Amino acid sequence: MTSTSAAFEKARAEDRAALIGYLPAGYPTVDGSIKALQVLVEAGCDAIEIGLPYSDPVMDGPTIQAAAQAALDGGVRTSDVLRVVEAVAGTGVPTLVMTYWNPIERYGVERWATDLAAAGGAGMITPDITPDHGSAWIEAADAHDLDKVFLVAPSSTDDRISMTATQSRGFVYAAAVMGVTGAREATSDLAGPLVRRVRASGDIPVAVGIGVSTGDQAAEVAGFADGVIVGSAFVRALLDHPDDEAAGLEALRTLTTDLAEGVRRAAR
Amino acid sequence: MSQVQERQKSRYDADDRGYFGGTWGGRFMPEALVAALDELTDAWHEAMADEAFVSEFERVLRDYAGTPSQLYLAERLSKKVGARVLLKREDLNHTGAHKIRNVMGQALLTKRMGKTRVIAETGAGQHGVASATAAAYFDLDCTVYMGAVDTRRQALNVARMQLLGAKVVPVESGSATLKDAINEALRDWVASVDHTAYLFGTAAGPHPFPSMVRDFCRGIGDEARAQCLDQYGVLPDAVAACVGGGSNAIGIFTAFLEDEGVEIHGFEPGGDGVETGRHAATIHAGEAGVLHGARTYVLQDEDGQTVESHSISAGLDYPGVGPQHSLLAATGRATYTPVTDAEAMDAMALLSRTEGIIPAIESAHALAGALEVAKRLGAEKGPDATIIVNLSGRGDKDMGTAIEWFGLGDAEEGPEADLDQTETVTQQ
Repeated sequence: MTSTSAAFEKARAEDRAALIGYLPAGYPTVDGSIKALQVLVEAGCDAIEIGLPYSDPVMDGPTIQAAAQAALDGGVRTSDVLRVVEAVAGTGVPTLVMTYWNPIERYGVERWATDLAAAGGAGMITPDITPDHGSAWIEAADAHDLDKVFLVAPSSTDDRISMTATQSRGFVYAAAVMGVTGAREATSDLAGPLVRRVRASGDIPVAVGIGVSTGDQAAEVAGFADGVIVGSAFVRALLDHPDDEAAGLEALRTLTTDLAEGVRRAAR
Repeated sequence: MSQVQERQKSRYDADDRGYFGGTWGGRFMPEALVAALDELTDAWHEAMADEAFVSEFERVLRDYAGTPSQLYLAERLSKKVGARVLLKREDLNHTGAHKIRNVMGQALLTKRMGKTRVIAETGAGQHGVASATAAAYFDLDCTVYMGAVDTRRQALNVARMQLLGAKVVPVESGSATLKDAINEALRDWVASVDHTAYLFGTAAGPHPFPSMVRDFCRGIGDEARAQCLDQYGVLPDAVAACVGGGSNAIGIFTAFLEDEGVEIHGFEPGGDGVETGRHAATIHAGEAGVLHGARTYVLQDEDGQTVESHSISAGLDYPGVGPQHSLLAATGRATYTPVTDAEAMDAMALLSRTEGIIPAIESAHALAGALEVAKRLGAEKGPDATIIVNLSGRGDKDMGTAIEWFGLGDAEEGPEADLDQTETVTQQ
């Protein structure tokens, strides 16, 4: 397995931010999601987040909800997610799973950590688990040397940011908009201060998720963050081409290339 | 009621982090909402320790909502089952259910916190109507999320909420039912938390909601216990309530938890029968998991995806349950038993015809189960054996379902269901 820190080290060596791409496993199909994620890797993502589709995704906006629901309707299983992880991690790019908690508890936390590590996964991002309620995951992740990526928000107190940064491994995910996932016209002025607050509590990398969908937005965020996370815009590219796989993958490639250029032209 | 202030923590209460029995409940929530949940927890603790808040809450419930509700001896029903059946008449509260207690408490707290807007989720619309009512009373903006399937089925309740000044948002995502309405309300809250309070409709969800909603509803049991002692000089042998999310149940159970001689019975929606898979008997047939921020029993598949629930009663149609009920079930302090749609509808007709009270179908589940318990208690202890049934709501809202089920509404034809059919409840 490759820890996510490798991606940040590589980007730092090039004096730029890392580009982190998200897509859910199983959309449009399990094999289709593998192809799509491989395009993200080829076109310039430094790390990959694979979403585990869940029936009750309270932090996701309509775009990711739609793809995740379609994946569930298509019968995607937790074990399929591990297959996607294995295929993507095989490219050598750090590969994390982003998931709500119940499917993991159901799978068995220790068993999940074992299987995720065996599949080459770097770790897990947990949007509905905070470190103070995540001891089972922290224990399993530590035992298997997996990255534990917890989130911070503009509403987080300094104490909680410090606690979260201390408990995270790999990077800290700054969800810099008060709202659900989704592409946004303008980047938020809450992001810069949030990144600074995380940095004040340690030297763990901070990646920002904020609804970035263009190279220019990526460049702006890359100016102050260690990583730029893009999810909904990638999902949208696939959703916009429901019956034409080649066109969907081409749209993904074009978007990824634009974003990868964006993180490279930031003023830092 | 200094009862609230003086109440000591019991082994059935949550710890400071919201865990009941160290396991159930907790707060499995996005970090973005943690500050708001902490703020709410602090405000709730401070309010409950503030005599001015507690007495204002009591005044509002008394003068506006009509509490304390009657504890009514159902004489004809008692004769039929051979035991004393007491009905806690929450159906007589303003807006027709126990839910007014919860929303008036939460809305009063919202005012105290200086927030100007409330959001709520609703299934059939009862909690939505109660929230819209509280919002009107306290001059708060109100948005109610309701599954699109439910807005179509419950147009009358949509209209009631709108007349009360609330905005009703149909939710199309997921299965477009109650659980998805909760998801959508949480999504709203993440983006609006600085000025908005989420009036959660049941004693479930992340800490502090299970404990806070219970505290706002526990007057049901506190009143019933005092009324029973006052009127009959004894504690009841059993207490019964229906359990969906479980707010009316925990509201009446709480006062009796330390009364070891009092049996506590929760009746879950058995739908078409638990064996058919079409039910919402979460404790009876679900497994431990995490849903909407709490570890509790959940109807889920082998991958941990939430399974759609089914019940004739929209108010009980929820694939999770309040975490304190999970503790009460796990410790054996309370017993949870499924009651099918058919058994509940029989009980609805029976109560209508023996007592002239049309219960909500939710409450009819409690009644159906309670009558079986009453017959056993009567056989064991004689006719003075006493059971209190929480009649949590009135049945006006359910007339559409009743018309369809019983074939009512045509004056020429008359009802298909006659008393003989409803007698099956008591003759089993």
